[in-house]
Amino acid sequence: MSLIELKNLSVAYGSNVVLRNVSLAISQGEILTIVGPNGSGKTTLFRALIGSVNPASGRITRKSDLNIGYVPQRLHIGTTLPITVERFLRIQRNSSWQSCVQALEKAGIRELAQKQVSDLSGGQFQRVMLASALLTQPNLLLLDEATQGLDQPGSADFYRQIEKVRKETNCAVVMISHELHVVMSASDRVICLNGHICCQGTPEIVTSDPEYRALFGTGTGGQLALYRHHHDHVHDENCDHDHSKISEQ
Amino acid sequence: MSLLDDFMVRAILAGIGVAIAAAPLGSFVVWRRMVYFGDATAHASILGVALSLALELSVFLGVVMVALAMAIAVTLLSRREYAMEILLGVLSYSALAFGLVAVSFISGVRIDLMAYLFGDILAVSQADLAVIWLGALAVVGLIAYRWKALLISTLSEELAHANKIDPKREQLILTLTLAITVALAIKVVGALLIAAMLIIPAAAARPISRTPEMMAVLAALIGASSALIGLCLAYVIDTPAGPSIVCVAAFSFAATNLVSLASKR
Repeated sequence: MSLIELKNLSVAYGSNVVLRNVSLAISQGEILTIVGPNGSGKTTLFRALIGSVNPASGRITRKSDLNIGYVPQRLHIGTTLPITVERFLRIQRNSSWQSCVQALEKAGIRELAQKQVSDLSGGQFQRVMLASALLTQPNLLLLDEATQGLDQPGSADFYRQIEKVRKETNCAVVMISHELHVVMSASDRVICLNGHICCQGTPEIVTSDPEYRALFGTGTGGQLALYRHHHDHVHDENCDHDHSKISEQ
Repeated sequence: MSLLDDFMVRAILAGIGVAIAAAPLGSFVVWRRMVYFGDATAHASILGVALSLALELSVFLGVVMVALAMAIAVTLLSRREYAMEILLGVLSYSALAFGLVAVSFISGVRIDLMAYLFGDILAVSQADLAVIWLGALAVVGLIAYRWKALLISTLSEELAHANKIDPKREQLILTLTLAITVALAIKVVGALLIAAMLIIPAAAARPISRTPEMMAVLAALIGASSALIGLCLAYVIDTPAGPSIVCVAAFSFAATNLVSLASKR
């Protein structure tokens, strides 16, 4: 059984329909990446997974032992508040010192426990956020543009750590990212989202999809469209997302 | 003659009471970068003084009400996305100016405006002292009660939501305690220097603190000793009391920052 399954899910904020007819199942241990332009509903999809927005229609089925760990987009923690990494982790969930150390170890930053949060680099801080998400020993880890603002080696390191965490705990990982080339190579499956699921499949399949190419250009993938996949919808004149505009970004 | 008859003792106790209330609140003001928030609310207190005199209310009550109204207005405005500094500046200084004008309209009562602008700590009565200490206990108690939720929502609003804490509610607690603190402090340091008592001890404590609690406690110690030393200075070399307290706090700010700079070398 999948950890979580969305069936024909639609989400609207007022009259603004953000997600239409999204069906998606996430199984134990897989790494799934969601790509899509700004405003395509990626974060809303996360909120639906977490359960913080109510769907307008459709169904969400969660496995009974589903436990989600969430790494949000880079937070800005002011430097004027003196607080150690350990305290920062423990204040939110009253975790024990032991589980805090375990989470730090899994995130690869055991040595930072007594450091001041204001002294951390961007990459170190994101690992602290990862440790924070790992505190509850989740079986589904959600990463929302977790490497935004990190330099390339920094974000590559971060994704290697994620890969390690997945291996050790066999949790499923769903991530939103704009760093296509980095993320795609690490993913089992990629979903290209633009209000609806444009296409999905292995990274090779998605990068060769004409819709994906219309959204992101050909620079990132490069492969020819040799693979086939099933398109779950047809674009007619009524289609309200303008692919050509986005491809110029 | 009881001990509290002595005006110096009352002044010192009043100064320490205000320093204790201002310390944890001032720490949040520094952490959340809401200096303007303290400033605007403190300036509005003059308007509160005018209102109390006109309506023959207690000054404490009038100041709390007007300060609360201003603090809520500033909180609502600061939630907007675009830069609000200009509007906040306008609000802060117009509250002060309107307050000064309004006070001048009140006839019959001869009031010493300087006392409200710069404080009149040497004239603190036993009743004032009781109000200051009860108010300080209320402020410290309220902040201690919500301490964890306040800290989490100060770290990040997003973290607060993730932990099922409403950051708006926590902000309201700071707003309320700020209004009370302003009303307590007006007699001690005066409307113009209230924000200084919030910010300077907390900022002085920052470089030598490793935890939020340590910063709040050190800020209280620095604020209280500034009150003590400042008042003694004022007594010995005959300087205005409120400003002398703030001057001592400013020296401690310079000292802790220099020490921490030197130790990092």
